[in-house]
Amino acid sequence: MSKRIDVKDLDIFYGNFQAVKGVSMSIEPRSVTAFIGPSGCGKSTFLRTLNRMHEVIPGARVEGEVLIDGQNLYGKDVDPVDVRRQVGMVFQRPNPFPTMSIKENVLAGVRLNSKRLSSKAGDELAEKALRGANLWNEVKDRLDKPGSGLSGGQQQRLCIARAIAIQPEVILMDEPCSALDPISTLAIEDLINDLKTDYTVVIVTHNMQQAARVSDKTGFFNLEATGKPGELVEYDTTQTIFNNPAKKATEDYISGRFG
Amino acid sequence: MNDSVATEQRPARTKPVRRVGDIVFGGASLGSAVLILLTLVGVAVFLVIKAMPALTADPAEISGGKGFFSYVWPLVFGTVVCSLIAMVLATPVAVGIALFVSHYSPRRLGAGIGFVIDLLAAVPSVVFGMWGMAVFAPKLFPLYGWLEDNLGFIPLFGEASASGRTILTASIVLAVMILPIITSVSREVFLQTPRLHEEAALALGATRWEMIRTAVLPFGMPGVVGGTMLGLGRALGETMAVAIILSPNVFTWNFIGSGNQTIPAEIALHFPEASGLRLAELIAAGLVLFVITLAVNLFARWIVDRRAEFSGAN
Amino acid sequence: MSIQTDPHQGDIHHARLDDYSGVVPSPVRPTTGRPAQLLGLGALALAVVGWQIFDLHLGAALAGAFVLYLVAVYLVYRSLGGPRVAVDQLMRALVYFAFVCAVLPLISLLWTVLAEGAAKIVSPAFLTQTMNGVTGLHDQAYVEGTGPFIGGAYHAIIGTLIVTGLATLISVPIGMFTAIYLVEYGNKGRLARWIRFFVDVMTGIPSIVAGLFAFALFSQIFGIRDAKMGLAGAVALAVLMIPTVVRNSEEMLRIVPNELREAALALGVPKWRTVVKVVLPTAASGLASGITLAIARVIGETAPLLVAIGYARGLNWNAFENAMTTLAVYAYSMFTKPLSPAVREPSLERAWAAALMLVLIVVALNLLARLIAKMFAPKTGR
Repeated sequence: MSKRIDVKDLDIFYGNFQAVKGVSMSIEPRSVTAFIGPSGCGKSTFLRTLNRMHEVIPGARVEGEVLIDGQNLYGKDVDPVDVRRQVGMVFQRPNPFPTMSIKENVLAGVRLNSKRLSSKAGDELAEKALRGANLWNEVKDRLDKPGSGLSGGQQQRLCIARAIAIQPEVILMDEPCSALDPISTLAIEDLINDLKTDYTVVIVTHNMQQAARVSDKTGFFNLEATGKPGELVEYDTTQTIFNNPAKKATEDYISGRFG
Repeated sequence: MNDSVATEQRPARTKPVRRVGDIVFGGASLGSAVLILLTLVGVAVFLVIKAMPALTADPAEISGGKGFFSYVWPLVFGTVVCSLIAMVLATPVAVGIALFVSHYSPRRLGAGIGFVIDLLAAVPSVVFGMWGMAVFAPKLFPLYGWLEDNLGFIPLFGEASASGRTILTASIVLAVMILPIITSVSREVFLQTPRLHEEAALALGATRWEMIRTAVLPFGMPGVVGGTMLGLGRALGETMAVAIILSPNVFTWNFIGSGNQTIPAEIALHFPEASGLRLAELIAAGLVLFVITLAVNLFARWIVDRRAEFSGAN
Repeated sequence: MSIQTDPHQGDIHHARLDDYSGVVPSPVRPTTGRPAQLLGLGALALAVVGWQIFDLHLGAALAGAFVLYLVAVYLVYRSLGGPRVAVDQLMRALVYFAFVCAVLPLISLLWTVLAEGAAKIVSPAFLTQTMNGVTGLHDQAYVEGTGPFIGGAYHAIIGTLIVTGLATLISVPIGMFTAIYLVEYGNKGRLARWIRFFVDVMTGIPSIVAGLFAFALFSQIFGIRDAKMGLAGAVALAVLMIPTVVRNSEEMLRIVPNELREAALALGVPKWRTVVKVVLPTAASGLASGITLAIARVIGETAPLLVAIGYARGLNWNAFENAMTTLAVYAYSMFTKPLSPAVREPSLERAWAAALMLVLIVVALNLLARLIAKMFAPKTGR
């Protein structure tokens, strides 16, 4: 269920503007990888290229390779829709579908892809996904209520449940806790720890403590100056990045000297 | 579609398959959009085709016997004059209502007034026409009589029509009918006035009117002009109210007596019985109306869009 | 309220503001609305006196009183609060007057339609009979009391439903797909900009020109003799309706948050399914309300139908052959060409009843649109 990701020399452009330059890295299966860095350094953009969600933005394109278990996402005959089924994504702000109930939200990925589910199979899948997202106990009595009635943290876990219901190999999280209060954040962080046993998790975060708490490896993104493309400055085990970084820029950022 | 459903069920696919659903759906969207362009072209093309006989016919055969141009110009004049009067009457009132809603009334009342204005816009024009002829026109007769007696030296106020079914009456009813469109455009731009400007004016000790004069009106003026032009476009094309209210005749400067005619009313009155060359004549008149309204609307859009760019830059 | 500042500094500000001829800082004394209300009552009383006792025309009395009121408001507030307050109050009075200007005709119109139309709109003959075989003689007999009231608008009601229904069937798919193209596919491209522009232009097509277009199109296809049919009217109405549908729908699709599209796309849902299953349901109530308003806009159209369909006295269920009648055309024709020129009353009553029915339908559609927008909006709260 979990796959490794290899990125080779990835450049990202918006029209003529180069947003990210020359990223290469390997992400191990069944691990949590965190990307940190100052705003506008391209870490979220880079995250989106891992499931081709950047293509939603007009004018965005990439050069280079992203391999998932050796298969290039940007190969000529690869359909971005299929990529997104293998690589799920959770966004900054919780975004449950307002027209659907909690259960329908969880099953949305399957239903919207026109797969027929018997109601029993649907119930089972919903329960499994909600349990996987640590949400089952809180919502099991109101599965038919609208998903937008939940609290922010619950909504975000609902979105995670929705993402794991289609059984992806990788889960990308784009600052999943930035819109949440500390208690909900803790719940999500616990959940990320659990998810690691089944999935490859990649998370972008602004919160360095969070990166230190949840991740096995950390990548630090930075840009030399405004208008210049972002780069991957350093990528190592979280322990190394936070205790013994190799680059000066990383150390400055970690110690709070800028950013 | 079946094809795409079937393939979607295999999660890992390496064959290049363009999704049939996306092609069909995107195609339908694009097709509809293009169809709208074609419709607009079609309106012009079909009107020209059917108007051709009148434009190329022997002048003696056209109504009036002096060719299409001399047939149509009094109609054009009547249409333009009638609409211009309506616009002049409606604009100050519409701006007043828009200001009332945006800056004078409490928010709740404003919503209610919005509904009343929407209602005014929704009343079918034939009903306006019936009301204008049966109720409003007779009420205006005393005014016309007074105008004739006291301002009769002005050519516009000649012999007053006893029924009140004159071009001025039609214009006033048209003014009521185009109120909503001018009001809604003006209200929109007034509400967009930067709050900062308004508060700056008030903080300087301006009264409410001074605030409106210095902050709201300069900001909203292009929008008001655009809305007025849209209203003019609507008035130019308005048919039934004029057709019912006006008792038409040849062109005259006397606006409080019967006489004059507009293009749409002329078409509505004569089309049902027309045939042959007369039909072509009326369609040609319609073509002229189309060209005039098109020009007015393009101008209005240009003004409104220019404003949009301007405020976008702020 | 006043803040003491260095007088010298105050002078500088004074000079600058004068230079810009913007707000002229002259003293403003606080006032209330009470004097204006009292003056208003006084002016009203004056108008009544002028009307009843001096036998002035009501309109003239009101107009005179209003002018006096404006003058009085200006003078009173000038003495109370200074010239700036006076102008402010004067403008306030004018703005309120503008509002009355719009409401009075509307009330008069609604009252007239109600008063004139109420008698026959409930009559079974009006609701269930057509005008087939009804002549001026029947009307004369009815007025003289020697015959029953016969002849109604049944055929026009059916005609309205058929023609408007067909117009809706034509314009909703075209309008919705165009809006989808504009929001989901074209976005800021050149074609989308052109289409948006031409939709705006199309909004300005005079309704009678739309009718002429439909007639020209159908007479080109079927020949002049057979051109008048229900479908032609539906096409004319669709030309008028499509721009409204496009613009309303575009607005509604645009307020669907992008996050929902991204959420669906990230689940591996193809774009078209994202639009159909996520975007459209989320916007559904707004779309329905927009379409209802578009229907309300065209259901009372007369001119294009007069040109494209003509007028029929009897019932016609077939939209592909022969003339049909709608309520608006029925009202127009009964109003301007009564069956019996000598005894106009029955025909006028029919016309007003049809007008009342139209107004009721339009008001109902407007209310329905609001209700839909409110009731079926996606629930966001708990």
